[in-house]
Amino acid sequence: MSKINKLFREELKVVNLGLESFHRELREKKVEVVHINWRPCAGGNKRMIELLNKLKK
Amino acid sequence: MFVAAEIKKNTYYDSVYLMRITKEIEKTEGVIDVLVGMGTELNKELVSSLSMMTKEIESLGPNDFFVVAKIKREEIMGVVTKKIDSLMNEKKKNNVKEHSPATLDSALKYNPEINFALISLPGEYAIEEAKKALEKNLHVMLFSDNISVEKEIELKLFAKQKGLLMMGPDCGTAIINGIPLAFANEVSRGNIGIISASGTGAQEVSVLIDKLGSGISQLIGTGGRDLKDEIGGITMIQAIEALEKDENTKIIVLISKPPSENVAEKIFKMLNNSKKNYVVNFIGSESKNVSNSKTHFAYSLEETAKMAVELANKSTVRNKEVDAKCKKAIEELKAKEKEAIASAKNMVGNLSVQRKYMRGLFTGGTLALEAMNILRGRGMEVYSNLAGDERFILSNANDSYRNACVDLGDDVFTRGRPHPMIEPSIRNERLIKEIRDEDVLVILMDCVLGYGSHENPAGEIANTLNLAKKDMTNEENDSPIIVVSIIGTNKDPQNLKESIIDLENAGAIVVFSTAQATRIVAEITKSIGEC
Repeated sequence: MSKINKLFREELKVVNLGLESFHRELREKKVEVVHINWRPCAGGNKRMIELLNKLKK
Repeated sequence: MFVAAEIKKNTYYDSVYLMRITKEIEKTEGVIDVLVGMGTELNKELVSSLSMMTKEIESLGPNDFFVVAKIKREEIMGVVTKKIDSLMNEKKKNNVKEHSPATLDSALKYNPEINFALISLPGEYAIEEAKKALEKNLHVMLFSDNISVEKEIELKLFAKQKGLLMMGPDCGTAIINGIPLAFANEVSRGNIGIISASGTGAQEVSVLIDKLGSGISQLIGTGGRDLKDEIGGITMIQAIEALEKDENTKIIVLISKPPSENVAEKIFKMLNNSKKNYVVNFIGSESKNVSNSKTHFAYSLEETAKMAVELANKSTVRNKEVDAKCKKAIEELKAKEKEAIASAKNMVGNLSVQRKYMRGLFTGGTLALEAMNILRGRGMEVYSNLAGDERFILSNANDSYRNACVDLGDDVFTRGRPHPMIEPSIRNERLIKEIRDEDVLVILMDCVLGYGSHENPAGEIANTLNLAKKDMTNEENDSPIIVVSIIGTNKDPQNLKESIIDLENAGAIVVFSTAQATRIVAEITKSIGEC
């Protein structure tokens, strides 16, 4: 069975990155959801982000 | 007049929260103009264009929060700062006390069973996070926009290679396993699967399917560009393959703005070999290439829903109760339209003869396009800010001309401001402007309920209409007819019934599809002999 068809048979368990309102609405619907307390990496400094990504590779 | 700023370094807020702060600050006495945001390059450009740049703001980064305001007196900034602090304290108190990890990795360590990522970060950061989610074998819904075609292709090909679903970028609507995601409605579950490159188009079709007594198995969003040549329909093709194999899906609905010829051909080939019934609505395009008796073309969102429900009812053992419910719902819709046309025609008689034009003020781009297509199909010349016939492009989207349909979700209106489906001020302001235009006979609007949308979009329209009425003297009680198409179910978080009552009490004619509302508008505009 393909991974997408497998998803259709599973319970949806969500990680939310971004708007908190989406997290709140999913919680209200009793969906298992983890909200990420996201901040721009390296304070949003693009040059630093590029360097960090290179280092990770 | 003074310009003053309040800054909080290393304090990140999402766009919906920033919008809330803006609304509160705007209400402060003595504040002339205000901009609230994170110190991104785009926001800094906006600050400059509003002549509010300060040295402190110039040096900010995307993780820094700022409020900058034009104020009448210096001391007003003290009031603004107090308001911000109190809003932030309130937010802290309301924050759900639960574990909120800082990265995707730690979220997956905390809950290894996570199988889906919903991403709505600013576009420039969203790409990396979507890639990471796919690497971790998560299916992704990428709500964010401002992502290049090249990056979209990269993400979609990677997802395809891994057999994962990559909905978006710019995917606003999905319902997976009965769970509405981002902008979606609470609809019944059933055997109709929807794959859509249009968010509001999918919302209207799913809501009408629910109204006609059927339901949705899955609603898969693809993002608006999926059927363009460059992307090649990667997500739609993957979704078709998945729904073909899905036992709970009997009928498959495809919705998109007109696809590229190559992509359409690829998709039609797939449909020719399919065992399931399809309803295809490639908004505004003619049917071609398909000789399969199982593929049906629909020309409006309303027709799409009706066809899908009819096929769904045929595909299962005939159930008299379901058939009767569908028939009754169709009858009710027809009766409502008939009644609406009659009352609109009555209203025309009371208006000044000078009034002759229609104005469409839409929050949903696809809904605006559908309305425009229906009106043009009836021989009306309609100007718009939507791409299409160049002869009828509005030279300035902020000013309507003759008959005009405006998509208020267009970048022109949303640059640095929230989308009108979340925060309707842009449309409220435009509505007042159109009401005051003495040449306007009728105003057509959508009102989209559901998750993600504003908490009371109908109330916003009704309040604006009531406000406009207050401005008028008795002699001037000659104002345009208002026709609203409401998209929502009685299970949505906003109260559908109360929404309708609010709109009707404010004098609007309310119907349940864009096609219905547009037919009414066409009928009365043409009845006065102008088009």
